This record gives sequence, structure tokens and C-alpha cells, in this order.
Amino acid sequence: MSLKSTLRAATALSLITAGSAFADGHSATITIATVNNGDMIRMQGYTDGFTAETGIAVEWVTLEENVLRQRVTTDITTNGGQFDIMTIGMYETPIWGANDWLVPLNDLSAEYDAADILPAMAGGLSHDGTLYAAPFYGESSMIMYRTDLMEAAGLEMPEAPSWSFIAKAAREMTDRENDINGICLRGKAGWGEGGAFITAMSNSFGARWFDEEWNAQFDTREWSDTLNFYKNMMDDAGPAGFATNGFNENLSLFNQGKCGMWIDATVAASFVTGDDSTVADSVGFALAPDNGMGKRSNWLWAWALAIPAGTQQVDEAKQFIEWATGKGYIEQVAANEGWANVPPGARTSLYENPNYQAVPFAQMTLDSILSANPNDSTVDPSPYVGVQFAAIPEFAGIATEVSQEFSAAYAGQQSIEEALEKAQAITNEAMEAAGYR
Amino acid sequence: MARSVTPRRKLLNTTVAWAIGLLIFFPILWTILTSFKTEGDAIAAPPIFVGFEWTLENYRTVLERSDYGRFLWNSIIIAGLSTVLGCMIAIPAAWSMAFVPSKRTKDILLWMLSTKMLPAVGVLYPIYLIFIELGLLDSRAGLVVVLMLINLPIIVWMLYTYFKEIPGEILEAARMDGATLRQELLYVLTPMAIPGIASTLLLNFILAWNEAFWTLNLTAVNAAPLTAFIASYSSPEGLFFAKLSAASTMAIAPILILGWFSQKQLVRGLTFGAVK
Amino acid sequence: MATKASRSAARIMMAPAVILLLGWMLVPLIMTLWFSFRVYLPLRGGDQGWAGFDNYTRFVTSSAFWPSVQTTLIIVLGVLAITVIFGILIALLLDQPIWGQGVVRILVIAPFFVMPTVSALVWKNMFMDPVNGLFSHLWRFFGAEPVSWLSDASMPSIIMIVSWQWLPFATLILLTAVQSLDSEQLEAAEMDGAPWIKRFWFIVLPHLSRAITIVILIQTIFLLAIFAEIFVTTGGAFGTRTLSYLIFQRVLESQNVGLGSAGGVYAIILANIIAIFLMRIVGKNLD
Repeated sequence: MSLKSTLRAATALSLITAGSAFADGHSATITIATVNNGDMIRMQGYTDGFTAETGIAVEWVTLEENVLRQRVTTDITTNGGQFDIMTIGMYETPIWGANDWLVPLNDLSAEYDAADILPAMAGGLSHDGTLYAAPFYGESSMIMYRTDLMEAAGLEMPEAPSWSFIAKAAREMTDRENDINGICLRGKAGWGEGGAFITAMSNSFGARWFDEEWNAQFDTREWSDTLNFYKNMMDDAGPAGFATNGFNENLSLFNQGKCGMWIDATVAASFVTGDDSTVADSVGFALAPDNGMGKRSNWLWAWALAIPAGTQQVDEAKQFIEWATGKGYIEQVAANEGWANVPPGARTSLYENPNYQAVPFAQMTLDSILSANPNDSTVDPSPYVGVQFAAIPEFAGIATEVSQEFSAAYAGQQSIEEALEKAQAITNEAMEAAGYR
Repeated sequence: MARSVTPRRKLLNTTVAWAIGLLIFFPILWTILTSFKTEGDAIAAPPIFVGFEWTLENYRTVLERSDYGRFLWNSIIIAGLSTVLGCMIAIPAAWSMAFVPSKRTKDILLWMLSTKMLPAVGVLYPIYLIFIELGLLDSRAGLVVVLMLINLPIIVWMLYTYFKEIPGEILEAARMDGATLRQELLYVLTPMAIPGIASTLLLNFILAWNEAFWTLNLTAVNAAPLTAFIASYSSPEGLFFAKLSAASTMAIAPILILGWFSQKQLVRGLTFGAVK
Repeated sequence: MATKASRSAARIMMAPAVILLLGWMLVPLIMTLWFSFRVYLPLRGGDQGWAGFDNYTRFVTSSAFWPSVQTTLIIVLGVLAITVIFGILIALLLDQPIWGQGVVRILVIAPFFVMPTVSALVWKNMFMDPVNGLFSHLWRFFGAEPVSWLSDASMPSIIMIVSWQWLPFATLILLTAVQSLDSEQLEAAEMDGAPWIKRFWFIVLPHLSRAITIVILIQTIFLLAIFAEIFVTTGGAFGTRTLSYLIFQRVLESQNVGLGSAGGVYAIILANIIAIFLMRIVGKNLD
């Protein structure tokens, strides 16, 4: 065999192996990109039922959050057409919707009852009043605390505590000898991690990202108050290495009984009271703290399913979305795994269901969600939509860099003043590049 | 340069060498051990080394959740084909550089190596757009070509250094006997260079197997290899050390086993002509 | 021995590799160059027109640029130093007669087979985690306060993880070189009463120079591009943002392809400067 024909054979071979993948594509198959968190993984277990019902096969691409974002963003901006459904959040949806990259979801069936979606969620997942993504679950943030440790410290958690109470309680609950930290909070760099937490917290301190002319506001007193308060409290009562802790790290710490309080996503409530938790019996809930300025420090977020405009299988994708985010799915999960494990925060009817109202964290979750308003999240007026983010395309990049400066300050590698100075420069630089200023 | 030494010296050497070997291997060993623990034992303080309750639960969970077989098969196909294809293109090139060198040979060689320095992420959008244009997204063929191109410079260079060690007189003698160029290449050169070619294949198979940027960004379902498999386990919720360890063990086990069986070959051949 | 016929044959045989690599280099390079002069913002609808040299000036004047170049160089140099020094020591040790040499060799080269993503995940979670990591248990056992490795000692941690991955490669290549060392020469020197440090410096090291060159060259190529280790562990925080990570942030996180492409061009220039520099120093070793 000559070299040339060898080469040709090899190329042909690789093409055949590639081609064989398409051979069985006759019956409809939809490809879904999703994030690897608990509720999504659980949903994958139920898709056999969907396939049996509709004859539509489902292929999953499950990725870690950061990898997922980079993957779906590349695909949607280039119209790559790799996915029929993408799992995206409240940040991406309005931006992508405005670019006509998503299929509008305004014609879902009557049975699906789109009006039942919580208004806060529907609002955040719409652009110009058109729904572009259906929430699989929604969340705000709240305080989860150890009732036993709180009692031992001789304190009582109010329904709606203030930051000064939280700081005091955190310091009292801390017991370094026994490896108990009064409070665990996100410090990890990344706009969706520590960046989201500190932004939501700064709202309650009267800070904002931009003034109405899109000027960065990190040189203000409010931001320095926020960061100083955070760092002092965490140095005294937080876990070692909190500057690298994100949602998962804190969940793991809390479940091991190493945190007195944890302020994070409301969806975590079912995990800290679930089987994996060693402290499931002694968890209480309260609204995220405020500072008496009229804004609380809780965010609003949803993981939602959207259909990229490039797909060939709009109808099949819509069928799946109706199945996965509809009332039937919730009932199915409730029947099999109990009401505490259904995807929360998406539908009004769920919170009117007496079975669900009996779940200990249901009411607090709803109250938290209702108290967050993406259109009016800051004390002083701001030009952006979003509680823990600003829904502009440049935000993710800027906020990730800013939060890296913050994390470096948490770790003591630079002072808070330095971090804020850099944040101010980074933000203004990027906003200038994007033509805002 | 091995020499005879006193037994005492040998004992000392052995102890130190084993200590270092175990130290270097320890992270892998610990991962494998942890993969057989329950999540609770995995984070127990103080850590438990072997006296825990062994369980296959983590492997069961991982296998239930993802189609391991498909990821594994894609990894084998993509790494394998890209390596073989690369060698087929590289052998003639390396041959001509080694036996018919010109003034520019070294420049070409260095230029080839410098193409490897292009930062991958800088060309993600261009490549992605080209892949859309050619319909190669999420296809094994596309990945085979990309990984082949990424590793081609290394393959050419490794082979070049082996071929250069082969005395040109032998080839000349073959040519005197009337061997054609193809015969010379196939029946004289290749057999002599087998250790070199084998270790080149091995090294590049490993490199292709471990490549994690293009394999993640250019695939979705059909062509996704083990690097994508591991990306779905990297930070799940709650306690996850044991499951992460199980997934990690499954991702590295095939290549680890291959590497162990072929390590003699690898040691013998992996010289880049460094031995003079 | 090169006849005219074999010369043209050689050219033909080299052609596929050269043409393919030329294509692989030129097509993306030209596209990168093109994008680097455009205002290309995927999230704002793509190509927004001519940018002149704006992207280039903006990329260099950004406060993140020089620190990222510095970080890149520190990581490359740090890993090279560790892998070469320990590689030589381990290679010399493995060359000695020991019991179970084959097994030890397997243990030492094993990290090379581990995917970078996996090794970063394992190190980050199971060793460097300040609460549950093995190091923290070890520190506490000796009564010390656990270290938050990835925030307080981020660069040493990353250099360590990367070195762990590349040490086997260095050891393997150096081992083959050590094995070819002329033992008579060494013995003669030993008879003459030369202390081992002198023997090492004047006989062993010169013999290894070629192998060291190759280790440095190959590793530099790979180390300039390390990504997964940083992505998984620190995400570029705590002063670990390398140039290629900065480009990643510009292209994918900020979705500014024009700016990122300009960064890509700088990275290529930097890589070539390093390459030329390397070739100058080591080029004569490669004949």
C-alpha cells in the first residue's frame, strides 16, 4: 500500500467513525447542555419517562458551571447549533433574548400554565415582556443557621436580622477549638461565586456598581464599608481559607457541622436538611440580613431552559421544556422523593400547595424571592437590571476580575483600599472600551 | 553507568528510591483509595488509610450517571487515530530531514515546534467558526485532525532525532542493492527505528488523551472524550471527594495501565536523541 | 549522499507535514490578526468594524498585562528549575543498583499519565483544601495552623502541581542520558580521588547537558500554554493569571474577541522571543 492510499484510508476511516454517530439520528434526539448540580442530575434520572411518553430521545451534556458558560456562549454567539436546549441563568437570558438568539417561549400550551411562573422569575427571564427561558428552579439567598449552636450562644435569631446581629452572633458561635466557624460565606473569585455574594451584600450597605452615567462606584464609602465589614467578620468568625470558598465548599462545611451560619442560595435548604447532612435536624432559616437602609442582601437567580434559535428541533425542545418545568414533573419528584426535594422557586402553585407549605424552608424561600427586585435593587438609583449582577454583556468579565481583586484582599494579599482602587480602574477601563462612558 | 556497590549502600539507595517513588505516587494512590470510601470516610479526620469500609458505591453512582463507555471509546478512537495519522505524515518528513538535510532543515524543525506555542484560547473563535463552516463540530474526525496537528511537531522532532542516529551507510547500502525509496523506508529504516516509533506513538497517545482544551470546546455528545466526562464531576454539590475520586480513577486508569505495561518501551525510546 | 533525485523526493515527503502545519498555523494566525484589528464583540452582535490599533494599546496598557507576563515567566522558570534539579537527582538515584527498580520507575513516572484537569482537581480538593485536605490534617497533627494553600501560597502551589506532572518526563529523559554515561571514566576519576561533587560537575553534568536542553525546550513549549491547572485551582485569582489565562478572560469571560486576539498576537510574539532566546542558548546542543 502506498503512503498516499494509506493516508486516504486513514482519513476515510476517521470519517466513517465520525459518520456513524449520525446514523441513528432518525428518531428525534435533542441535545441538552446542563449544569452539574443536584436538581439537574436528578432530572436526568427522570428523562426515560419523557422519552417513553413522547418518543423523543434526550442526550445530556453535563458540565461544571464555568465550563458550561464558556461552552454555550461560544456556541450561541457563533450560531454553532450544537445544542437544542441550553441551561442558562437570569444573567444571560435577557441579553441573548435581546439579540434574537433564543426562541421566544410565548406560545407554550395552556396546560403548561405559563402564568403560574413566579412573576419575579418570569420577569428576570424575559426581554421586553417576552419569556425566553423557562425556570427549572429559582432561588434567592437566605440565612441557614444551626439552632443548637444559636441556643448554646444564648441568642435568638430574628426573622429578619440585621448585619450587626449576624456579626455578633457569628463571633459568639465561633469555637476554634472544636473547628466551628460562626459564619461561612462565599469568598471565591468569579462573578457567580463571591462576586454575586458581595454585590448582593453591598446592596444592603447602600452601594451600587454604577451610577446613572455608568461610572464605577468603588471609590465610595459604601463599598469600603461593605468590604471592611465582611473581612473583619470573616477574619474573626469565618473558616480558614474562606477566600477560596464558593457554594460547594461552604455546603460541604455546613453539612459537616463546621459552620454556625451560612448565607447562601435558598436551594441549599433541601441539601442541608437532607441525607448528606450531619446537622439536618438542627437547621433554622431567616431572611438575609439588612442594614436598616431598606434593601436586604439577598439575590435572585434562576436556572432556566432556553432554546437557541439555531436549532432544527424547536417543537421537540419545547415539549421537553414543558415536561421538565411543568407541574407534572414537580408532582413526579414529590411522589418519589418527597416534597422537600422538588425543584423550588419557579411556580406560584407550588407555594399554594399545602403539602409543600409543610416543608420547613418553603415559606422563607418564597419570602426571600419576593423581597428581591431586579429592577430596583440598590438604595441609590442605578441604570442596570439585576440584583447580584448588572445585565449587560460586559458584566461577567468585569465582575470576575473585580472579584479576583476582592478575593486577594480577603486573603490578606492586598489592602481593601488597594482592591477597591483596582476594581474602580478595571471597571472604568472596561466600560470605556465598551463605549458606555 | 551502573556499578557494583556494597549491599549496605544498595539498601540505603533502595530505601531512598522507594521513599521518593511512593511520595511521588502517593496522590494517585490516595485518589484510588478514596474512590473506595464512603463520602463520610473520605473526609474523616484524622484521615483513614486502609482501615475503612470498602465500597463500590461511588463507581456505581458514576456509572449510573454517565455513559462511561462512550467517553472511553471516544478517547481511545481520537487519541489513537490522531497518533497513527500523525506518525504516517511525520515519518516521511522526519526521514527527509534526517537523511537529506539541507541548510533550512533546522529552521523548518524549529518553526514546526514554534507552531505549538500559539495560545489555544486565542484562536478558539476562528477555529470554532471554521468547524461550523466545515460541519466538523462534535465530530471525531475534526478532533482527530486538530489533535494530530497539535502533536505533529513533537512527533516529527522525536522521529527526526531517532532517524539521525541510524547510520546513513546502511540506507546507502540498501539503495546500492536496488531498493526503491519506498522499500528503503519500509523494510530498512522502519524496523531499525521501531523502538523510537513505538515510544513516539506512546508519548503522543498520552498527550492526545490528556488534551483538555479542544476536546472540551469542540465536542458536545458524539465525540466527547474522558476530559468532558471529568468536567461533569469537577464540583458537584455536597460531599464529593469519593465520587470525584472514582470518576478521576476511571478517567486515568486506562492510560495508567497502558503506561505501566509499556513503560520499558517508553524509557528505552524516550530520548529525543538526547543520548550521544 | 544526497543526490538530486533524493533531494526532490525528500521535498515531496516533507510536503504533507509542512503544508499541514503551515495551514494550521497560518489560517488561525491570519484570522487572529484580522480579529485583532476589529471591534469584535460576540455578545453585541459580532463584528462592529475597524478598530485600528486600539485593541493592541488597550491590551498592553491594561493593569493586568505586565503582571501576567511576569506570572507566566515565574511559573515556567519555577517548574523548569524544580523538574530539572529533582529530575537529575532522581535519575542518578534510579541508575544505582536497587531492589525493585522497575516498580520504583513505574511509581515515579505515573503522574505523567494523569490528565492535567484531574491532577489539579485532586491536588486542590484532597490535598490543599484548608479544612479537609490531607495537608491540613498533617499540619494540625504537628500542631500548626493549616495553610490556605491556593490563596496564601498560590504561586508555589501551582508550581508544585505542575512540577509534579512534569517531573516524570524530565526524569525519564535524564535517566536515559545517565544510563549512557561512561562508567569507566567515572571510576577512573573516583580512583584519582576526585570528590563526588567534582565528578558530578565535570563529568556527569556535561554529559547530561544535551538531555537537559531537550527537557527545557519541550517543557517550555508546554508550560507557556498551561491552562487547566489555573482554571481549576484559582481561576486566575491571587496573582496566578498567566498571559494565556488573561487572553482566556478577554475572549471568553469578557467576550471581547478583538481584544483577546490582540493579546494572542502578543503571546505569539512573547513565545517567539523565548524560542529565539532558547535556540541561541541551546541551539548548538541540538545538532
